[in-house]
Amino acid sequence: MKLTTAGVGIGFEKQIVGIVTTNPLQPVQRLNRILVSDLLPEDLSGYRGALTTGDIGHRHLTTPAVHRAREIDHLRSEDIIVMEPTSGFVRSLYRPAEMHNSIFVTERCNSNCIMCSQPPKDRDDTEELTERNLELIQLVNPIPEYLTITGGEPTLLGDKLFEMLAALRDRMPNTAIHILTNGRRFAWSDFTRQFAAIGHPRLSLGVPLYSDVATDHDYVVQAKDAFDQTIMGLHNLARWGQRVEIRVVLHAQAVSRLPELAEFIYRNLTFAEHIALMGLEYIGYTPRNIDLLWVDPYDYQDQLVDAVRILRQRSMNVSIYNHQLCVLRPDLWRYAKKSISDWKNIYLDECTDCGARNECGGFFKWATKVHSAHIHPIEVPSC
Amino acid sequence: MARTFLPLDAFVGSGSGYHLLPFRFLRFDGDRELLVNEVGEYLFAPAGTVAGVVGRKIQFGSPLYSSLKAKQFIYDSSSSPNLDLLATKYRTKHEFLDGGTKLHIFVVTLRCDHSCHYCQVSRQTANRNEYDMSIATADRSLDLMMDTPGTDITLELQGGEATLAFDLVQYIVDHAKRLACDRGKNLSVVLTTNLANIADEQLAYLKQESVKVSTSLDGPAFIHNANRPRPGNNSHELAVQNIERCRQTLGTEQVAALMTTTQLSLAHPKEIIDEYVARSFHSIFLRPISPYGFAVRTRRRTGYEMNAFLKFYKTGLDHILEINRQGYHLVEVYTKILLTKILTPYGTGFVDLQSPAGAGWNVLVYNYDGDVYISDESRMLAEMNDFTFRLGNVHQHSRRDLFGGDAFLEAQQTSCNQSLPGCSDCAFQTYCGSDPIFNHATQGDSFGFRPTSAFCHRNMSVLKHLFRMIAENDPDTMRIFWSWLTDRSVSDLGTELPA
Repeated sequence: MKLTTAGVGIGFEKQIVGIVTTNPLQPVQRLNRILVSDLLPEDLSGYRGALTTGDIGHRHLTTPAVHRAREIDHLRSEDIIVMEPTSGFVRSLYRPAEMHNSIFVTERCNSNCIMCSQPPKDRDDTEELTERNLELIQLVNPIPEYLTITGGEPTLLGDKLFEMLAALRDRMPNTAIHILTNGRRFAWSDFTRQFAAIGHPRLSLGVPLYSDVATDHDYVVQAKDAFDQTIMGLHNLARWGQRVEIRVVLHAQAVSRLPELAEFIYRNLTFAEHIALMGLEYIGYTPRNIDLLWVDPYDYQDQLVDAVRILRQRSMNVSIYNHQLCVLRPDLWRYAKKSISDWKNIYLDECTDCGARNECGGFFKWATKVHSAHIHPIEVPSC
Repeated sequence: MARTFLPLDAFVGSGSGYHLLPFRFLRFDGDRELLVNEVGEYLFAPAGTVAGVVGRKIQFGSPLYSSLKAKQFIYDSSSSPNLDLLATKYRTKHEFLDGGTKLHIFVVTLRCDHSCHYCQVSRQTANRNEYDMSIATADRSLDLMMDTPGTDITLELQGGEATLAFDLVQYIVDHAKRLACDRGKNLSVVLTTNLANIADEQLAYLKQESVKVSTSLDGPAFIHNANRPRPGNNSHELAVQNIERCRQTLGTEQVAALMTTTQLSLAHPKEIIDEYVARSFHSIFLRPISPYGFAVRTRRRTGYEMNAFLKFYKTGLDHILEINRQGYHLVEVYTKILLTKILTPYGTGFVDLQSPAGAGWNVLVYNYDGDVYISDESRMLAEMNDFTFRLGNVHQHSRRDLFGGDAFLEAQQTSCNQSLPGCSDCAFQTYCGSDPIFNHATQGDSFGFRPTSAFCHRNMSVLKHLFRMIAENDPDTMRIFWSWLTDRSVSDLGTELPA
């Protein structure tokens, strides 16, 4: 699945966000639209922008355009894209055909997790991305059931995050919003108070926790005091009535005390709505740190079973993400969720004859390089 | 962002040792110590651990060190002691203190048709004036009740046999509801009755007003009727019949039963429990007899040593677990209360095992004659002419008088096990409570003396018994315990949990 393309931008100096149309429209229908076509018609008036593989450099345009684009075939009408002026970069922001769409709010982060799937960049992109995302929120149609806000660390946006949440609240109050955050910023009560004051009716936060021991968590996220801040942040969120999910990535630094972590979550974060136990993704920083991180999921089934039992005994909601059924113990299958977005989701050759393939979440597409040594087809007895 | 990563050592702090957070401990058995901290988190550890902890000998990074730190027994320079978290957990455990007195017991009459051996106070008389609460006393008691600061309050109407004064019950319930509405209280009402004489119109009234019923069932007929004599010797028959009638009219959830363990009961834990199952109850409270009232006078007939009760309890609990194993949900109430304290972040609203003690803080008893007591037990003491825990009288005293008087202060100074000798350093302190009235009645002063205290003996023994089971960690037993703690059916939990 392609989400980006690039060409040469002409006739604009600020980023253009618009809704794709692959068919030329009547002038009255052109508002907010970016016409995407190999061949552009003469009359582009009223379009917000245009995108083409062709060369229109000879034409005098009043409409912003990116021409000589590498490719445009991945774009569908109703997709929302952004065209960047100097780079000629065109990025898909929103695809109505997808179940899961995310709003990407910044590449910056105050942590630097050793297995980060989307390594942070230290560049202040918040102004540009917020402007883009506020426009995106106005254009989204039809209104989705859910949306994820992700980064980077969304709370680094400060007031801009509040502005964006207010816009989501007003434009799509029935859309469930899930913010992926390390939760550290919520350790400051005043920030949490302002966050809660937005009063978004269907908001929840997914916050990672890697150990019940501060030192081990701080090491994984490569930030001193992160554990204390995250725990305090989670408590502040609960105090202000915010709904939280705890996310645990399972790797060598987290699995040895996984049952203890489960008990810790129950005792200290009893208010958590959901606990996601997630398989490691072989992307971002992970390949670089693979020796510190890798443990075959087959080898942590005992700890995983213990953790799930501890949480379920205590009536906590728990799910297992990014695991294949053939590696999970059968009594864990009912907790395994098909969690990987369609475009990142693949199956291996071994899966071809698997009887449980339809029930299995499969792999991230980057898992072809590193995955459990115990992948095998499951025979489902025919009746 | 730097794409270099720091080693674990970079996050361990200054490495200048660790500090202690408040905890207590117990030599559990030859091999193990049990450590319990201020908020009820516990840790089984090898013998010698506490000396190691205190002597700063625990190796940083060892699994024991990590557990001590994660459960907040110690802290070090790698992170804050997280006192806010500890405070939140402490508050959660003590949530029962919020809102003041929640349970308000009205003794509407002392008259009763039964003459139970263990009863404290009932009277056989037809004279309504002598032992019934007057309207004036009821009004004044209701006013005091509504002055309670909290919003969630329970009115419990008892006797004697409260249904013998049902017009008074109706008067009090109607007025309580009106006052509760005016004062913004959430009121629940419970009627304690032996059900022997409950009439259809009475049931209809209880239904209409959503009044819950609490009754007595001591076991099968031969035990129940022996414990609870009444003319006709048919108490069991009436109780069982009328429990069913109540359920049909009021709904199954609205009817609860309590048992009292007498000397006769001691030999029959299984029969008593099976009787509860046969009557479709899903909870049973294996309750020892109280050392008050007629129970003291009839000690030779009803009384027994605590050890005999503990044997009864343990045999009973085993039997209850077996019944659960077979798929029938049956909770032992006292066990559930203690397990809640041990295994969950929560406290309980159970007034008989709290610190500060529930008496006074969480319960008040308004007697038929207007006298106010800090618990039903202190009212029973008064029936034996010991007025130590009488706070005052509704006609003479304001709320301020009642809570500022000598009787209340006398009880309060011994109501915190945190400051009682023998309790202050007990590993089980956070799970236990204090009972000044029991101490006073059995040992002559409200401080009590732990080495010979039946209260202490019972709770130490039961807690050790439960901790032994927790340490064994038998999957079936733990599944049953957690089904009790989370109000789920044991069979659902059985098919769902990974082995």
